[in-house]
Amino acid sequence: MSNFDKIKSITIKQPLKLDCGKEISNFPLAYETYGNLNEKKDNAILVFHALTGDQFASGQNPVTNKEGWWNYAVGPGKAFDTEKFFVICANVIGGCMGSYGPGTIDPKTNNPIGTNFPVITINDMVNAQYNLLDHFKIERLFAVAGGSMGGMQVLQFVSNFPNKAKVALPIACTASHSAQNIAFNELGRQAIMSDINWKDGLYDGKTSNPDKGLAVARMAAHITYLSKKGLQEKFGRNLQERSDLKFGFDADFQIESYLRYQGSVFVDRFDANSYLYITRAMDYFDLTKQHGGNLSKAFKESKTKFFIISFTSDWLYPTSENKDIVIALNAIGADVGFVEIKTDKGHDSFLLDVPDFLSTIKNYLSTTYLNVNERRI
Amino acid sequence: MKEEFKVISKLIDEKSRVLDVGCGDGILMEYLSKNKVVDIRGLEISKEKVKKCLSNGLAVVEGNAESDLKQFPDLSFDYVILSQTLQAFMSPENVIKDLLRVGKKVIVTIPNFGHWKIRVDLLFKGEMPITKNLPYEWYNTPNLHMCTIQDFYNFCNNKGINIFKTISLNGQKTSKITPSNLKYKNLISELGIFLLEK
Repeated sequence: MSNFDKIKSITIKQPLKLDCGKEISNFPLAYETYGNLNEKKDNAILVFHALTGDQFASGQNPVTNKEGWWNYAVGPGKAFDTEKFFVICANVIGGCMGSYGPGTIDPKTNNPIGTNFPVITINDMVNAQYNLLDHFKIERLFAVAGGSMGGMQVLQFVSNFPNKAKVALPIACTASHSAQNIAFNELGRQAIMSDINWKDGLYDGKTSNPDKGLAVARMAAHITYLSKKGLQEKFGRNLQERSDLKFGFDADFQIESYLRYQGSVFVDRFDANSYLYITRAMDYFDLTKQHGGNLSKAFKESKTKFFIISFTSDWLYPTSENKDIVIALNAIGADVGFVEIKTDKGHDSFLLDVPDFLSTIKNYLSTTYLNVNERRI
Repeated sequence: MKEEFKVISKLIDEKSRVLDVGCGDGILMEYLSKNKVVDIRGLEISKEKVKKCLSNGLAVVEGNAESDLKQFPDLSFDYVILSQTLQAFMSPENVIKDLLRVGKKVIVTIPNFGHWKIRVDLLFKGEMPITKNLPYEWYNTPNLHMCTIQDFYNFCNNKGINIFKTISLNGQKTSKITPSNLKYKNLISELGIFLLEK
């Protein structure tokens, strides 16, 4: 990969105490911004990325030359309208797009830190990103937003910093990773760790990488992001550039070919160890447990307005789990809105062109921005 | 503005916490937020209407009053409003019970099936009445449990629910309903508005 010099980052000097007990300091946090911070500094939105995302939410990612992962949602005139709002997005710690992670080169050995990197949590990720508020001298964010693991970070952020965001948009997420979520993540990790090139996580990142394992992990995960109906409609039993079955193990079906392709392009942009660390952070996420079994306590101190969104065909983070967050918020009389958007696009809906979803966010944000600033809530 | 909303607004004290059950497009919520200093939430079953409410920045949760009211703690609102929705529930009795649990006071408005036009329609035409407030045919109406002002009055009395105020709405005209004029008001009112307490 090249163009890493085009990445913006801050160096977090003060020590950050991690949940695992270790402490890190003087580490880089890579970020990108879109739009302009206004004079009052009241129009900033911190967007958190999901498992395989990065700071390049919109525009073109200079490292991969691909479109930003939230291109449908972030940009001029879009749901997160960068003509109005200043959108900040950082690469999580543990990630591989310039932030401190297992791929960071250890100056002592000149090799990647690998599995000597400490195990991190969603809480650690959020605490690291909080430093961006100081960096931009923002007293209070207008909003925090994110889908999937990004939504978990939204919940953790409000819990850690109750009055640092006026609005919170957790999308297609959960307050507590389920057994099914953990099971799928474990499948991915096992695929990586079974790859002979993984070498207990100490591969050099140049000559050999556990690409095969990482690709399989991505293929398995990709299935969980789509709905059965969506897959059936897109691929059905269609054959891949052949008129009949070949009685072998090549990709006979389009769905096989599609998954293989998804796996192969993923390894070009993602580090296998980052995949291990980030999925682990998701599995450890249990905001309910953090608050003694009562999720409401996580938000007790907060005056943040919540807008929670789920999708009908999302079976990875189903509506029921999103609704649990709504219920916890209603139990303490919090200001909460919730809608389940109808779509066949599965968990991936939050990344895709789902007009109902995008227009509702756009309108909600622009109206709420006027409301909170008029009424000085 | 709908006359009904003006009446509801007058029944609500400033600075109170309000839940609008079956809030629809959120018109009443907007009206109350503009005219009263209230902290208002909504519950609505239709996705389309919820999206509309949220687009207008209203704190509305998608849900069904028959199953989703339970998430609200006891007496967590000063007022709970149920505007012209009671007749659409499978079990109006259970919903009323839950409203009285969640709200310190409950405002229920009902389209009055005892209005004289409805009675005349049924008497002379022999067909299910269709009116401005009840615009559906019998086969596509969402209204499962129609009642009259008298019926609801009796219901409250039988269940030991305190009726603080009953207001009749007929066109633009509002008037008080009392035990002595109940029979007459039940004939001329299009809408009955009840302020209740457990």
